Amino acid sequence: MPSIKEVLETNRMIEHDLLDVRTITMGISLLDCASDDVGRTCGKIYDRILKTAGKLVETGEAISKDFGIPIVNKRISVTPISLVGSGCCHGPEDYVKIAKTLDRAAKEVGVNFLGGYSALVTKGMTTADRMLIESIPETLDVTDIVCSSVNVGSTRTGIDMDAVRLMGKIIKKTAERTADRDSFGCAKLVVFCNAPDDNPFMAGAFHGVTEGDVVINVGVSGPGVVKAAVDRVKGENFEVLCQTVKKTAFKVTRVGQLVAQEAASRLNVPFGIVDLSLAPTPAVGDSVAQILESMGLERVGAPGTTAALAILNDQVKKGGVMASSYVGGLSGAFIPVSEDRGMIEAAAMGALSIEKLEAMTCVCSVGLDMIAVPGDTTEETLAGIIADEAAIGMINQKTTAVRLIPVIGKSVGETVSFGGLLGYAPIMPVNGYSCAEFVNRGGRIPAPIHSFRN
Amino acid sequence: MKKIIITVVGKDRVGIIAKVCTYLSEAQINILDITQTIVSDMFNMMVIADMEKSGKPFDVIADELKALGDEMGLRILAQKEEIFTEMHRI
Repeated sequence: MPSIKEVLETNRMIEHDLLDVRTITMGISLLDCASDDVGRTCGKIYDRILKTAGKLVETGEAISKDFGIPIVNKRISVTPISLVGSGCCHGPEDYVKIAKTLDRAAKEVGVNFLGGYSALVTKGMTTADRMLIESIPETLDVTDIVCSSVNVGSTRTGIDMDAVRLMGKIIKKTAERTADRDSFGCAKLVVFCNAPDDNPFMAGAFHGVTEGDVVINVGVSGPGVVKAAVDRVKGENFEVLCQTVKKTAFKVTRVGQLVAQEAASRLNVPFGIVDLSLAPTPAVGDSVAQILESMGLERVGAPGTTAALAILNDQVKKGGVMASSYVGGLSGAFIPVSEDRGMIEAAAMGALSIEKLEAMTCVCSVGLDMIAVPGDTTEETLAGIIADEAAIGMINQKTTAVRLIPVIGKSVGETVSFGGLLGYAPIMPVNGYSCAEFVNRGGRIPAPIHSFRN
Repeated sequence: MKKIIITVVGKDRVGIIAKVCTYLSEAQINILDITQTIVSDMFNMMVIADMEKSGKPFDVIADELKALGDEMGLRILAQKEEIFTEMHRI
């Protein structure tokens, strides 16, 4: 039986340190919804989502009540829609019809986001892939909770620079189409390298073609719990620091594992993975940046930040892997600027630059995430930033991503607010020198030498 | 056995244990263990109980205990045992 000390420790994590399960994400295969008629495909998609995910939200809420642990989001990921629509879509406007269906179905079942409006184009784009990508600005304008992602490179295949260049243009167009909402559309769009098939976190979740019909993936959280633990070992050496983070990550992940197994069992759906990522929110005490500051940095962005983040990321994995039977997704620390109070403050005071964030992405789980940049940033510069980030992912055999928001009409010194979990951010300066000639070359970057392992 | 953990946190006063135990008795919930401690001048009590024979579903028990806590100016939380055993036991 648990002791009172253990019970109080768990409840202190939940009440004071904001321990929660960030998301239960149901992955749903829509491959067999494909047909040669867009209306019929939309009908099948709508029915499939309602039938499969109809009880997702109420099940999540029941589990939350049973264990007294908040489960913040209930979400859906679907098969990359470029594949599902390839037989029936004859232009970008047909893909938008599918997007509207996804939006309607997701709202009907009560989830707060649906991911998978995606194309996987690591080596080349099919006509269907290109149509889906061309439709992204309109889709993110006319839908509310559909999220989009495009995988433009991998360690195995290299980087499709045509897709990178195109995504620079698409991000800019999305920003312009949603300029009346501070270019909010871009917050729902991620450009990946080495995208995982089982990521439960938005905006980059999709249900990969390597997955089964339906699966439950769970994303844990808990930056506040780790920060509280790190605060308690102030001044101790790295051995103590690392052990503390590892033990804490173990405990946090055990809760995710319990929730994942319960959800899978109650919904009669296979359990997929637990994603170990520490996901911050703009709430006080729920910040990854503040963990790094608790380790001994005056501000995140100071020299030592990359090393501190590397420690955090590695120890979280070491503790988490032991705690779960299946680990997957992105699994690491997220460093989204607008969603993390410590990052926001550091960026606003000039302690944290995009270049330092880029260095940090070499050792953490994703990439340049939720960064607001000036609205006049060119599409070539956006493509250059994507290419840099994809190169880090390709060479280091890790997932990297870019979610930049060029806020139309705003410039450095101003702030943008997206609300809720997406938070607010200062507009950060971007290197103004041109990379246009480089990104306009066309073609693709070959796979790196260490991909030839056969 | 369907074990639940009930935690009571708040300012100490006369009759806390009596009220909680009366509720549990009326709901046919069997007490297996009671521990209490004072942390930072706050009364902390943990009750481990078995709700197997109770006719009430868990969510009703949790809501009624919470309401009982509200009446006494205390925080009473009922949770299923697994969250604690999973977190603290390998």
